[in-house]
Amino acid sequence: MSGDRHLSALTARDAGLVACRRCTRVWPGHETECGRCGASLASRDDRSLSRVWAWWVVGLICYVPANLYPMLSTRTLLSTSEATIVGGAIELIHHGSIGIAIVILVASVLIPMAKFACIAFLALTVERRTALSATSRQHLYELVEYVGRWSMIDVFVVAILSSLVQLNVAATINPGPASLAFALSVIFTMLSAQAFDSRLIWDGIEEADRPDDLAISAAGRDMAH
Amino acid sequence: MTVLDHDDLLNLIACPHCDALHRVQRPSNGEQAVCRRCHAVLIAPRRRAGMTIIMLSVSVMILVLGALWFPFLTISRSGFHNDASLLDAAFAFSSGPLLPLSLAVLALIVVVPLARVMLIVYVLLPVVFDRAPFPGAREAFRLSEALQPWSMAEVFALGCAVALVKIADLALIGFGPAFWMFAGLVVIIVVQDNFMCRWSIWSSLEPEDEPKFKPTSMTDPEIMNLPSPEAKA
Repeated sequence: MSGDRHLSALTARDAGLVACRRCTRVWPGHETECGRCGASLASRDDRSLSRVWAWWVVGLICYVPANLYPMLSTRTLLSTSEATIVGGAIELIHHGSIGIAIVILVASVLIPMAKFACIAFLALTVERRTALSATSRQHLYELVEYVGRWSMIDVFVVAILSSLVQLNVAATINPGPASLAFALSVIFTMLSAQAFDSRLIWDGIEEADRPDDLAISAAGRDMAH
Repeated sequence: MTVLDHDDLLNLIACPHCDALHRVQRPSNGEQAVCRRCHAVLIAPRRRAGMTIIMLSVSVMILVLGALWFPFLTISRSGFHNDASLLDAAFAFSSGPLLPLSLAVLALIVVVPLARVMLIVYVLLPVVFDRAPFPGAREAFRLSEALQPWSMAEVFALGCAVALVKIADLALIGFGPAFWMFAGLVVIIVVQDNFMCRWSIWSSLEPEDEPKFKPTSMTDPEIMNLPSPEAKA
């Protein structure tokens, strides 16, 4: 991580202070509750990574039935068909709506998979060295946090379709069990991402610096590149 | 650095993402102060932001409540008609084991967005009129911030568009008034978020017995030496 050394900065922890992540107020290091917003204070959340992994595993477990069971069952006058996430997208391609099939595949398959991979990568690289700079990893984390909620789109589509397409014998759409599993999976991955303390990404930089620079009163040091 | 008094601490801001300490320097309205290390936006004040946010919040409230009752989409095929409102969509899963999902959908697209804007109005109303914050304002704003990722009205709006195309060849689909309300909602929520400067709101909620942030009250030489956040137009 030596390439990141120019990004070294005096952190609240180094200065013997503790920062509130909710409202950015700074307090003396021994405080446990923010006097401004009431959030609980922890210089570094020791259990952050275990909570990340716990939610991550539950999310991944829920993602399996979400793909195996049908998301929707469509009943028209002559036929009944049940479609899984991927099955529904393939059907859309056959119908010629490739654009929508891509939206579904990206939102329900690509993004969830990429999210699992990214969160695991971020959690693993906290303790290991990596070629990816802290800045890039921070961007990755922000992206994962931002994108998380958009995965819910497929659940909403199922909700809309099942409430709308209730046309007696002509056509009926009903939700399948995968919708619940998928919603849970999205919620658990969001919780997993939220549990990650992004300050851990940056701690590596100072720790790499630690041996030759232990001075706590490093405030005067030039931190601006 | 361990002997800092309260006034000095008020002049500090720690980046919530990377913990880098900065000396607070309030940028002028419309400008942003970003973290020198990870470039997260720390302070971004806007002119008359409080009043704008309140007005946008009230519009969100009206639109969500309206969208509850008006139909979202209408459908017809072989002589059968149906329309679905937001409540119908939320209760699509109400039969049997999927009921919890119904409640979750209702929470994500109606309850959380509504609760958030009501909390924000409660917090900002006294601030805009230069009064002391209402009791519990800090808890209210903290809750509203915690709810933010769970407010999914705009995701739902995109879901509508996808649903529409998905069944376009199955039946004849039309947009109901509630769809346009939600489309407006998406834009308003984005604009509202743009006006929201968390640091400014939290500063205005500083407890009564605490001194307020004053750019001149710095005494500690080490703080004077800290970098201030980078200014960005």
